[in-house]
Amino acid sequence: MKKTIITVVGKDTVGIIARVCTYLAGNGINILDISQTIVQDYFNMMMIVDTNHSAKVFGDMADELSALGEEIGVVIKCQKEEIFDKMHRI
Amino acid sequence: MINQYEVLETNEMIEKENLDVRTITLGISLLDCIDSDLHTLGEKIYRKIYEAAKDLVSTGEEISREFGIPIVNKRISVTPIALVGGAACHTKEDFAYLAKVLDDVAHKVGVNFIGGYSALVSKGMTPADELLIRSIPLALSATERVCSSVNLGSTRTGINMDAVKLMGEMILETAEFTKENDSLGCAKLVVFCNAPDDNPFMAGAFHGVTEADKIINVGVSGPGVVKTALEKVRGENFEVLCETIKKTAFKVTRVGQLVAQEASRMLQIPFGIVDLSLAPTPAIGDSVADILCEIGLEYAGAPGTTAALALLNDQVKKGGVMASSYVGGLSGAFIPVSEDQGMIDAVTAGALTLEKLEAMTCVCSVGLDMIAVPGDTKATSISGIIADEMAIGMVNQKTTAVRIIPVIGKGVGEMVEFGGLLGYAPIMPVNSFSCDVFVNRGGRIPAPIHSFKN
Repeated sequence: MKKTIITVVGKDTVGIIARVCTYLAGNGINILDISQTIVQDYFNMMMIVDTNHSAKVFGDMADELSALGEEIGVVIKCQKEEIFDKMHRI
Repeated sequence: MINQYEVLETNEMIEKENLDVRTITLGISLLDCIDSDLHTLGEKIYRKIYEAAKDLVSTGEEISREFGIPIVNKRISVTPIALVGGAACHTKEDFAYLAKVLDDVAHKVGVNFIGGYSALVSKGMTPADELLIRSIPLALSATERVCSSVNLGSTRTGINMDAVKLMGEMILETAEFTKENDSLGCAKLVVFCNAPDDNPFMAGAFHGVTEADKIINVGVSGPGVVKTALEKVRGENFEVLCETIKKTAFKVTRVGQLVAQEASRMLQIPFGIVDLSLAPTPAIGDSVADILCEIGLEYAGAPGTTAALALLNDQVKKGGVMASSYVGGLSGAFIPVSEDQGMIDAVTAGALTLEKLEAMTCVCSVGLDMIAVPGDTKATSISGIIADEMAIGMVNQKTTAVRIIPVIGKGVGEMVEFGGLLGYAPIMPVNSFSCDVFVNRGGRIPAPIHSFKN
């Protein structure tokens, strides 16, 4: 199964996770894992998601999540897992 | 499972340290286009390149979006045009017409450079080779995206000094033909010793005759990533230093390998090689010279520079080789002057001279690159500089190159602006003593003794 990593970085505010999750649920994207920390008011979240059952084209999803991030005031990036796998695993 | 720390590290490399894939270069063989009629040849070339490369730019952009990594350039390299055009071209203008065809198709498919307006003359020149070389000034002044390269020597064959002499003249003529734009034509013209067949980087990319019909080669970059990694080991010994460079090069190269495989799959074109290069850009924090400073030099060019560059180059290769199944091209640290802010600063401060740069080229992957010299430099002096560099490559069994820009109408200390990735450079002084008699001897320098390995 090919997975996608979504990272959300920015100033903490109410409802960041809610809005990201609502978007994912609305597009048939399943969340496999979430880890989140707040360091000095800075919100830092990583999600591992499964997009295999989503009808969305990857590029569109990345653009829409990025636009959602702008709305909330955070940076949302959406990348296929392989780039991290390749870089950090032999 | 990937953890948050690793994800953050990768994204910081991309966002703050200028990690990118410098180029996806599609190599296309034009040997099957050969025709004795010039216009038929032109049409065949246009059609073949267009069909092969029409999805190159969009595919590059798609991969870039999927992995969140910038892919800066999408480019094309073709079979050396001297071979392809030999049967059809009888004048300089005929060859320049083919350059125009290449330029047109490059615009059409949206690539920013197309390489392969080249001749391989390491031992001798055919009439077609010589005609192509003589057409270079015309071709580069009449086109925007065409890059030209000429292989003048190799460890196996020695150095073709007739061609070295001719190239000195052609470089000056190209400068003259493009003097309205600060002699920009010379920034798209490079001469080689031991030119690799699969180099994805411009201006020296061409698709060698030993290659398949089409091939994907990828050039990675990431001087900023290495610099940042080294900031964390300040004051540590060489073992720690080398280990850090190696690990970083591994990570950078793996990204290149991933992008190459993905591009190969999507375009259904075989994957050739990853070129493990540290290629700088004029952007702040994307400099090879800054790595040398981080290793412990006040400026690039200070005593110790050659040793620092040697270890950097070697560790980049050691880390990169493990990360990719096929490596090739130039693979190492590039030291262009105008494309590297740290190098520009070093020249301006008086720390870096042409002679020191020449010494540095003995231990790194290319050669005298993007060096601006006064416009009144003699053709024979340029040939002499080329001959020196070719000799370094020939004797050390490595690739060396010269991309030198005599800027017409400007003198030492003045600045010249090439724009974009080509950057800007202070004009450097050239040793003014004559080498006329040496260059004018004619003939070729025999291959060195260690070329006889059979």
